[in-house]
Amino acid sequence: MTQAVSQSQIRQQVQKTAVKRVREGSPWTGMWAVVAKEMADHLSSVRMAILEVLIVLTAIGTMYVATQDIQQRISRDEFLYLRLFTNARDPLPAFIGLLAFFIPLVAIALGFDSVNGEFNRRTMPRVLAQPIYRDALLMGKFLAGLFTLALVCTAVWLLIFGMGVLRLGVAPGGQEVGRALLFLLATIFFGGIWLALAMVFSIVFRQPATAALASIATWLFFIVFWGMIAGLLAQSLSPIRFGFAEEYIAQANLQLALGRFSPNTLYAETMIALLRPEIRSLGILLPSQMEGAILGAPLPLSESLVLIWPQLTGLIAGTIVLFALAYVLFQRQEIRP
Amino acid sequence: MSAPIIQTHELTKKYGNFTAVDRLNLSVQPGEVFGLLGPNGAGKTTTILMLLGLTEPTSGSVQVLGLDPSRQPLKVKSRVGYLPDQVGFYDELTAYENLAYIARLNGIAGDQIKKRIDEALARVGLEQVARKRVSTFSRGMRQRLGVAEVLIKQPQLIIMDEPTSGLDPEASHELLDMIRSLKEEGITLLLSSHLLHQVQAVCDRVGLFSHGKMALEGAVDELAQRVLGGAYRIQISADGTQPEILKALKNVPGLAHIRAVNSRLYEMEAARDLRPEVAQAVISAGGRLYKLDVQAQSLDDIYTAFFKEVAHDASRVPIAN
Repeated sequence: MTQAVSQSQIRQQVQKTAVKRVREGSPWTGMWAVVAKEMADHLSSVRMAILEVLIVLTAIGTMYVATQDIQQRISRDEFLYLRLFTNARDPLPAFIGLLAFFIPLVAIALGFDSVNGEFNRRTMPRVLAQPIYRDALLMGKFLAGLFTLALVCTAVWLLIFGMGVLRLGVAPGGQEVGRALLFLLATIFFGGIWLALAMVFSIVFRQPATAALASIATWLFFIVFWGMIAGLLAQSLSPIRFGFAEEYIAQANLQLALGRFSPNTLYAETMIALLRPEIRSLGILLPSQMEGAILGAPLPLSESLVLIWPQLTGLIAGTIVLFALAYVLFQRQEIRP
Repeated sequence: MSAPIIQTHELTKKYGNFTAVDRLNLSVQPGEVFGLLGPNGAGKTTTILMLLGLTEPTSGSVQVLGLDPSRQPLKVKSRVGYLPDQVGFYDELTAYENLAYIARLNGIAGDQIKKRIDEALARVGLEQVARKRVSTFSRGMRQRLGVAEVLIKQPQLIIMDEPTSGLDPEASHELLDMIRSLKEEGITLLLSSHLLHQVQAVCDRVGLFSHGKMALEGAVDELAQRVLGGAYRIQISADGTQPEILKALKNVPGLAHIRAVNSRLYEMEAARDLRPEVAQAVISAGGRLYKLDVQAQSLDDIYTAFFKEVAHDASRVPIAN
């Protein structure tokens, strides 16, 4: 009898402590206040103003050249507007090429001092002493960065379409708008990866300059070296011993797969598949696979989407994984100076 | 007696092998100003962070306003104002904008924000510079802005970490006045400092921290009694034959540590104010009294004496409440 009582008491005690372990209140309390403040900071900062001017100038420049090109050819092209993004003429590269270059820079500029900046200004203890959780602060900062990025990208996107209407004098088709919208989404999440990475470094390093350098070093690594490393790794992991075609294919496939660890590759493939409807494969195409295909015939949007679905989800997943890492690191950080 | 505002039980915080706070039992009553004293690195800031739920205790328990800061941090932080050591603001924003951000984080309704901020800024005398960027502010103004920020949430308890460090004498005087007026409003305050005379000027009770432990706790007078043996240090200046005067003084009950500093100056300690008795003794010994002075014990003396004692005999068990 007494044993039963004590056991039920113990159970009650355990339940009580289990209930007590749960933190009270929503982790998102105050998040929108953080988002509003951080976005206001981003949009009024000199740093962002410089980058925005750069991007807009780039957009106008490449656009001007591309529209000239298109006007001269007067081609009966179904996807005139998509050509606006992809047409290149010396000395200017295509707009998408420049965008792939600028977006990581903007994202890094938005994120590299987000957490350590608060520590350096000694505002972190004061802000965390307010009735909010750390979750709200970090999520708010990330969302503010992502929204700012989305705002910049959307503005440029609209600018391009607007200039296209003015200079080409034709309305864009539904397919084109759909493809361009998906391209916009991919661009935002491509930036999201670099934003999350810069935030991870801003948590790890106490000096904003170190965090910025580490972010830019990672970016350069993927732009310059990863392609070479992927080639070397593919050669050593899947060597060509007897010169069979299968060996060549296996090696090329491995190199492609390794290359896709770089967000730049994922983004480039997404861009190409979305903006050039005639692209039907991102890997190696064997002649046998091309049987019955009409060369140069555009794929419908749904088919292109199937083609880049892994890349698109990869970009989004990369953003989420890096943010989760930032989240874990930040939760464990001591706020003592 | 009403429930304590702050109550800790065997509170411990370890960073790896280093024990920052060691089995701390602290209790602060409503309406009192409590001073946490101790050298840098004694565990004051860590204790404060645990009170606010900003750091998890390794063991032990904390109750602030009857709430558990590590489980109900939002409730605790909306009722407790915290002015950190070397408070920082967003320099590129104005004083008003800085406070508006904090008000929004506190979930204060939009139509209330302006009123609260204006009141708080007027309270600390910064209403003239509300629209100026914080980057133009002096150290003292920043500290006052910090107090304004704390007042916005209309707290029941205010915790200030080293509130006067780095301030010029005038600014720290203003801050101490502010602390007094907050106390008059019935707000409980917890201060941490290593500037003893300032703490002494405003605190009802103090706790001496040493190596993560509360070594001593009590009112300033009590502590003096306990550490120095006497709370009053009487100093006289008298002409006359020294041995006779000393003999007469030694006959006064309650006097201790009587010594002649030079041919005219004498010092002694007493548990209460024995000036009339001392004067009488000097005169009866044929001395001519020129000066009769009493110094209340300063915390500095207590502090120095206490830490000297601790250093002298490290194995000594500290006198704790």
